[in-house]
Amino acid sequence: MNPVVELLLSLLLLVSSFFTLVGSIGLVKLTDFFKRLHAPTKATTLGVGCVLIVSIFYHALIGNSFHPREVLISVFLLITAPISAHMMAKAALSLRLKKRPQCPTDETPDPSEDDSVEVGGSDPI
Amino acid sequence: MRVRFRGIFPSLPLSLTVFIFGLLLADEITSGQIALALLLALLIPQVARRLDREFARVATLRPLPKLVLVMLYDIVRSNIQVAKLVLGPQSAIRSGWVWMPLDLTNIHGITALASLITLTPGTISAELSDDRRYLLIHALNLTDPEALIDEIKTRYEAPLKEIFP
Repeated sequence: MNPVVELLLSLLLLVSSFFTLVGSIGLVKLTDFFKRLHAPTKATTLGVGCVLIVSIFYHALIGNSFHPREVLISVFLLITAPISAHMMAKAALSLRLKKRPQCPTDETPDPSEDDSVEVGGSDPI
Repeated sequence: MRVRFRGIFPSLPLSLTVFIFGLLLADEITSGQIALALLLALLIPQVARRLDREFARVATLRPLPKLVLVMLYDIVRSNIQVAKLVLGPQSAIRSGWVWMPLDLTNIHGITALASLITLTPGTISAELSDDRRYLLIHALNLTDPEALIDEIKTRYEAPLKEIFP
């Protein structure tokens, strides 16, 4: 394989490792549950994305049986990652009704009424 | 005839997608794999019809390429921002909540918008209000809520509104 291409692919792999590492650091370092949610769901989109791009080019250039599995992985990843983040955010919101931001429409109950039904207490999630 | 066809294939695009994905997942295309993909293409839309009575209606796909490019650019740009925030001092992070008023009414459009918001680093969509008119967004670094809402509206919601009217 062409050394320039090899160098480029290695650089991309380094970039992806960097962002995956940042995602893990964020998970440990950030203090609040919702802040933590940002690090792994986000920094990893670019991390995994770069690995997939490298994989596609590596297999395409090395020439043994191109297979669209990387495309499938990225499609599944892009569909499922936001859903799991959304579910976690929703679960955390219902555990901490006190901190729930009030909806501008009238139908959602006032946060002060929710204090009595709060489940999570002041425990950090 | 038409009624019976709709009974077997409630949504032709969904059946086609399942069929193609079933074939792509296989290592090599054999008659057995084609039969399996066909079976899945028959069964999965039947289950989906019972779960969700409204199938997505797509009006136009013309804004899609631009939307994907904007999304990829935003993912890269905000990944760098989030990396800076994570590696920088904790005190610099001002996270906060925003309720974003929605112009989209189509539930599939709202789903796509919520996924896009979560995919771009720095923002997470947390909840949809019961009347589907507001979306709760958590931003890792919230400096200007108005600007954030404005950006999401012009960059994502406007093209999605064309795709899902």
